Amino acid sequence: MPPIIETKQLHHLYSAGTPFEHAALKGVDFSAQAGEYLAIIGRTGSGKSTLIQHLNGLLKPTSGQVLFEGGDIWESKERTRAVRFQVGLVFQYPEYQLFEETVYKDISFGPKNMGLDEGEVDRRVRQAARFVGLDASILDKSPFDLSGGQKRRVAIAGVIAMEPQVLILDEPTAGLDPAGAAQILENIRTYHREKKATIILVSHSMEEVAREAGRLVVISQGSIPYSGTPSQVFAHGPQLEELGLGVPAMTRVFARLRSMGLNVPTGVYTIEQARDAVLAALARKRAVSLNRLPREAGDRLCGERKKESGDMEFSAPPAENEMKRTSSDEGGRV
Amino acid sequence: MALKDITLGQFFPGNSPIHRLDPRAKLIGLILYIVALFLASHWLTYLIVFLVLALVVAVSTVKVKALVRGMKPVVFLLVFTAVLNMFYTPGRALASFWIFTITYEGVVRAFFMVARILMLISCTFLLTYTTSPLALTDGLESLLGPLKKIRVPVHELSMIMSIALRFIPTLIEETDKIMSAQRARGADFDSGNLVQKAKALIPLLVPLFISAFRRADELATAMECRCYHGGEGRTRMNQLHYRVGDGLFLAAALLLCVGIGVLAHFGW
Repeated sequence: MPPIIETKQLHHLYSAGTPFEHAALKGVDFSAQAGEYLAIIGRTGSGKSTLIQHLNGLLKPTSGQVLFEGGDIWESKERTRAVRFQVGLVFQYPEYQLFEETVYKDISFGPKNMGLDEGEVDRRVRQAARFVGLDASILDKSPFDLSGGQKRRVAIAGVIAMEPQVLILDEPTAGLDPAGAAQILENIRTYHREKKATIILVSHSMEEVAREAGRLVVISQGSIPYSGTPSQVFAHGPQLEELGLGVPAMTRVFARLRSMGLNVPTGVYTIEQARDAVLAALARKRAVSLNRLPREAGDRLCGERKKESGDMEFSAPPAENEMKRTSSDEGGRV
Repeated sequence: MALKDITLGQFFPGNSPIHRLDPRAKLIGLILYIVALFLASHWLTYLIVFLVLALVVAVSTVKVKALVRGMKPVVFLLVFTAVLNMFYTPGRALASFWIFTITYEGVVRAFFMVARILMLISCTFLLTYTTSPLALTDGLESLLGPLKKIRVPVHELSMIMSIALRFIPTLIEETDKIMSAQRARGADFDSGNLVQKAKALIPLLVPLFISAFRRADELATAMECRCYHGGEGRTRMNQLHYRVGDGLFLAAALLLCVGIGVLAHFGW
């Protein structure tokens, strides 16, 4: 099956021809299948924002192509605009784009621009509000009276109301409390499931993307070094850390356990997988220890356990460091 | 992306003698230079003010390209001035068609007018290119200090100015972001007639204003948290001091101004 959206040798230069010239994308071949849930990970300045803005024609490639359902999106002006309705893009902190008097009007901005009739606009607004879990009573309120999490959901509904086949979200959970973040991710899953839509999630949180996405695409310095299922990508744990990306805490623990000589699988990234892997290792150990002194094996295992929990504690500070680094990067740009 | 090319209030850090001058000296020097520029009326005096400008540009290490980039917004004004002067100055006719006549005097005058405007813009750009906005507002505040006696809120004005300059790039970036976001929802900023275009700006302006107010509010809080309470009794980390170089620079500027004045008085 051909991919729903793909880029071919996509290059993008910012400020071409000036001393500030900067290559943000260097020959990116990216593709997403219809109905796929994939995540793009990369640190600040890696080119991920540039890439997603190419996918719906907000940025024009310096060279290379962006194809939607097999056709170049820059074929004609009409086609570019039409693709924007098919490839919905939710920017970072989308709540700052709200502008209408009521939530209803704001959500209907996209569908109205599509030139749909009143009835269809109404249906879509109500459905989009339902998707993001907004109560119908909120629709008549001013978006500026809502809480931060609600505003964010209104903004996401504004894109969902266009019923795009591909929904791209740039850090949709940034700055939300865990409950708010969980709810947004749940809303996205619902949309993915019910509309059979393609979801492209951009995120910093490795735990989040590992849990949500079926496929990960790593972007670094304008190209894609790794892509595949979470276990495939996280198997490159040390290399990812060299690129300035964290890996889930469990992946770090297991990489460390392996380096200490224990026979555990790579590509472990959730607590459940970790539990199964540890139990499997224990079972193997027990089988081996039948031939040895049982006491010795038990002692060694306790020793490993202690080290494991120690690692988990150590894994927290690097994540914090990364956050600081990215925020100072952004500060530099401002 | 065109928004990013705005050069207003831009500063190119450097370490040339011009960069190191006291901002007050530069401001006074600029005023004297502009007076000289308007006194000049003969090709000789024009040549002198041009050479002085060229010298300062050369010393300042500011790239001529950067100055030329700043001229772009005034191209229309320049062409307009030149054309008007060419046609409406009475004198010897060079060429004429229909009711228009280009005169020799007109061409000369147009040339001088355009040269004057270009030099005027260049010298003001030179000031902002070589002086950080902070130093510039400090200098202004210090120069306007005497006005405090007649209750002009000089400190507040200069604080407003420095905050405004500081937020230009931030707001430009914000505008860019909001435009992209609304385009993603099918907003069309480029086509349609004037009314449609104005209407299309609402989704851009409302969020922009809201975010500007939010930023202003946050900034006010942050300033209060650091005990900002206006100019009264406030000391500076970097005190302004006139040095020998500043004195020389001012003397040269004054000499230029008076010299051009004298020359102009005697018909040069």
